[in-house]
Amino acid sequence: MNEISPARLSSGELAENFSDAHPRLNPQQALVASDRCYFCYDAPCVKACPTSIDIPSFIRKISTGNLVGSASDILEANIMGGMCSRVCPTEILCEDACVRNLNEHAPVDIGALQRFATDHLFEAGIQLFERKAPTGRKVAVVGGGPAGLSCAHALAVEGHDVTVFEAREKLGGLNEYGIAAYKVPNNFAQREVDYILAVGGITVKTGLALGKDIQLADLRRDFDAVFLGLGLGAVRSLGIGDESLKGVEPAVDFIARLRQADDLAAIPVGARVIVIGGGNTAIDAATQAKKLGADEVTLVYRRGAENMSATTVEQDWAKTNGVRIRYWSKPVAIESAGGAVTGMVFERSDTGARFTLAADMVLTAIGQVLAPPSLGAGDVLEMTASGRFAVDDNQATSLAGVYAGGDCVGNGKDLTVAAVEDGKIAARAIHARLTA
Amino acid sequence: MADIRGNFAGIKSPNPFWLASAPPTDKYINCRRAYEAGWGGVVWKTLGEDPPVVNVSSRYGAWHDGNRRLMGLNNIELITDRPLDINLQEIKQLKSEFPDRALIVSLMVPCEEESWKRILPLVEATGADGIELNFGCPHGMSERGMGAAVGQVPEYVEMVTRWCKQHSRMPVIVKLTPNITNVLNPARAAVKGGADAVSLINTINSIMGINLDVMAPEPVVDGKGTHGGYCGPAVKPIALNMVAEIARTADTRHIPISGIGGITTWRDAVEFMVLGAGNVQVCTAAMTYGFRIVEEMIDGLSQFMDQRGFATLDDFRGMAIPNVTDWNQLNLKYVSKARINQDLCIQCGRCHIACEDTSHQAITAEKDGKRFFEVVDSECVGCNLCAHVCPVPECITMVQTDAGTEYQNWTSHPNNPMRVAAE
Ligand SMILES: Cc1cc2nc3c(=O)[nH]c(=O)nc-3n(C[C@H](O)[C@H](O)[C@H](O)COP(=O)(O)OP(=O)(O)OC[C@H]3O[C@@H](n4cnc5c(N)ncnc54)[C@H](O)[C@@H]3O)c2cc1C
Ligand SMILES: Cc1cc2nc3c(=O)[nH]c(=O)nc-3n(C[C@H](O)[C@H](O)[C@H](O)COP(=O)(O)O)c2cc1C
Ligand code: SF4
Repeated sequence: MNEISPARLSSGELAENFSDAHPRLNPQQALVASDRCYFCYDAPCVKACPTSIDIPSFIRKISTGNLVGSASDILEANIMGGMCSRVCPTEILCEDACVRNLNEHAPVDIGALQRFATDHLFEAGIQLFERKAPTGRKVAVVGGGPAGLSCAHALAVEGHDVTVFEAREKLGGLNEYGIAAYKVPNNFAQREVDYILAVGGITVKTGLALGKDIQLADLRRDFDAVFLGLGLGAVRSLGIGDESLKGVEPAVDFIARLRQADDLAAIPVGARVIVIGGGNTAIDAATQAKKLGADEVTLVYRRGAENMSATTVEQDWAKTNGVRIRYWSKPVAIESAGGAVTGMVFERSDTGARFTLAADMVLTAIGQVLAPPSLGAGDVLEMTASGRFAVDDNQATSLAGVYAGGDCVGNGKDLTVAAVEDGKIAARAIHARLTA
Repeated sequence: MADIRGNFAGIKSPNPFWLASAPPTDKYINCRRAYEAGWGGVVWKTLGEDPPVVNVSSRYGAWHDGNRRLMGLNNIELITDRPLDINLQEIKQLKSEFPDRALIVSLMVPCEEESWKRILPLVEATGADGIELNFGCPHGMSERGMGAAVGQVPEYVEMVTRWCKQHSRMPVIVKLTPNITNVLNPARAAVKGGADAVSLINTINSIMGINLDVMAPEPVVDGKGTHGGYCGPAVKPIALNMVAEIARTADTRHIPISGIGGITTWRDAVEFMVLGAGNVQVCTAAMTYGFRIVEEMIDGLSQFMDQRGFATLDDFRGMAIPNVTDWNQLNLKYVSKARINQDLCIQCGRCHIACEDTSHQAITAEKDGKRFFEVVDSECVGCNLCAHVCPVPECITMVQTDAGTEYQNWTSHPNNPMRVAAE
């Protein structure tokens, strides 16, 4: 029997489950946490941050009560410093490099402090950036995710006129449609988008997809430069059977639906859920399914814990929330009845033994891939071996004046912070090109 | 088991930990609680002549570290604001209930012999063990010609001390103010006046901080502030130096010293005692943590004495005095270099930048293209700044590198134009 149904939990329970996973530090906690920073020379944490935020400096400013200066250090280096403070896997980035790990095994709480400073700024409604005099130069940014918005903001600040073309209804990319709900409650993604747009000089055109509603050739003709921040539009399929069965769907679709819901009680979820995959998406889908009220959620991964791209912290987070993780097992068949999934057969990669898990919902998260938009005749973008846009150190593609960044170029990181950095570097290169 | 009983200028107490004259000793109920908690003695909050003074609100400013540990406290309180006879009654009752504990009464009356003649018999009648002359209060009272105003003029110190010795049988402890250029001057005056002991330090004149919203010193009293008296952990170094000066100077070294200033732990107390203090007094630490801290002080002192084989307080009192000397006696041939223990190093690089920016460019930051901090012996002057900025205890140590066979101090050094020939 297929048991996918909404409202498994009361609205009170749901509100509790999807509240801020790591609430903001209070002022006293921030003071104690900031006091732990040693203000290292040539600090390792700065090198470990893809956007090179001057971490010792922003933390020192928190400890002296200069929160605006602190937030400024952060946002000057990373315009999505607010989002990153919520979603960065700091345990493999800045906090992993903290020298406090060596003797104490407890890094400075850099992510939480970053959030403390940026929250203050947003809530105080302080606009840090001032747009320079308009240059009259025009740049098209395709894709309104972290990469695109970072690029658009930096160019707008320089006085260029930026138009952002976004296929979806809202800006933000995966910040809005992908990141787990409990990481970004209270509509933070849109509040951040608003802050970014408030600098001025950015025209937003949503509901327009490159390759469908707009063409690259037109953009190259009408604009002085083009930036592509398309993200990854397609998902890999399991290739073991009928994935159009009722109850089987890509985890990203389930998450996007959940993120866009006005009422979480309206989101149907199975009683027994299987999630296939080993990354962020798998962890987030499994945890959110559990938090929606699924009885049993099993995340199945074909290799070991250490091979997962989700960090240990993320795996622990899922387990703490009641997700069971089965390692070294790969799916071999989908079982169904009456057009709906009823279970899955797995094979142990070590022993070859098979086992079956009953399920009424199967979420697949074995990777997203770039769905290159049709570019029209003549325009050919060089691709990498892994099927993403090839770029140089300045994020320039093989087409003159066309730059790209974020997940669609795949520097292997596929993190918000890496996308922001790509956008920033591309903006620098575009600005240099336009002012040369 | 170590015997920690104290005998200070003839005043006995079961341990050398006394509460200094301050709010903790302002009333019977506080002092009783203090004795019950284990304090060896209390110096009653300073008494004055009626009518009593009036205090303001608020009264304290504070310096905290990032964990809100109280590093320094400053106050603009005056002496007791309760009538004299109530204080005297309470003192009498307290002494009768705790005869084995030291009970000292702190006094501050105008600089006239009649005033002292009047109050001394009243105090003596309570059965108190002694008096302490408050020549130190830096605010409020000094403007009325009392407290620090007297303590800063050696002639007055001597004169008032003499009156007290003349008009009372009680031991007289003279409490010295640090708000002077040379503590030896008032200390000598106390000796000349016949004091049985000195106690030091009282609080240090200070402005704790400015409230930038109100643009007035902290604590802000209705829009204004004033200088107050600084105490707590931050003042200990100043107090230690003043104690050492008195303890190592020929004409003051024999006088018993009650050490005061920032004492928070048994270790602080022992440091005062090895510099010559016969006992110690505590105020801020008790105000921060409550009376129970004396348990750690008593236990820590006993453990220290047992471990080091000291049977009584006299066995180690003053032990460090011979090693406190003048700068010009230090051995210029002694050489030490910083050593970084690579097993403990957490690679924060603070030693490097401190030495690079502000000292002698003696710590490298890289080795074989990797982050690595190492001392270049030929550049290191052994200043030991790096050891202090290093966040890891014992990671950077100073190691002697000379043979230890030579001695030359500044008095005979060739660079000294006023050198004397070495013997
Ligand atoms: C479920 C999930 C959870 C994640 N959690 C984390 C996390 O916790 N921490 C972290 O650091 N990273 C996380 N990531 C990764 C992170 O979200 C991405 O690396 C990041 O969003 C990449 O930014 P981007 O701008 O390159 O792409 P996207 O965020 O994908 O944005 C691309 C934008 O381009 C638009 N677009 C696409 N094609 C077209 C077109 N043809 N025309 C016009 N517009 C187009 C899209 O609609 C989208 O708005 C997660 C990803 C997923 C899927
Ligand atoms: C609020 C307050 C009031 C004080 N009042 C007196 C006083 O009345 N008489 C006195 O001799 N010293 C007074 N002192 C000084 C203390 O006795 C003591 O000398 C000083 O605080 C240093 O010791 P500490 O660092 O342990 O606090 C006062 C100190 C404080 C904090
Ligand atoms: S002791 Fe002084 S000179 Fe020597 S390495 Fe340390 S800071 Fe530099």
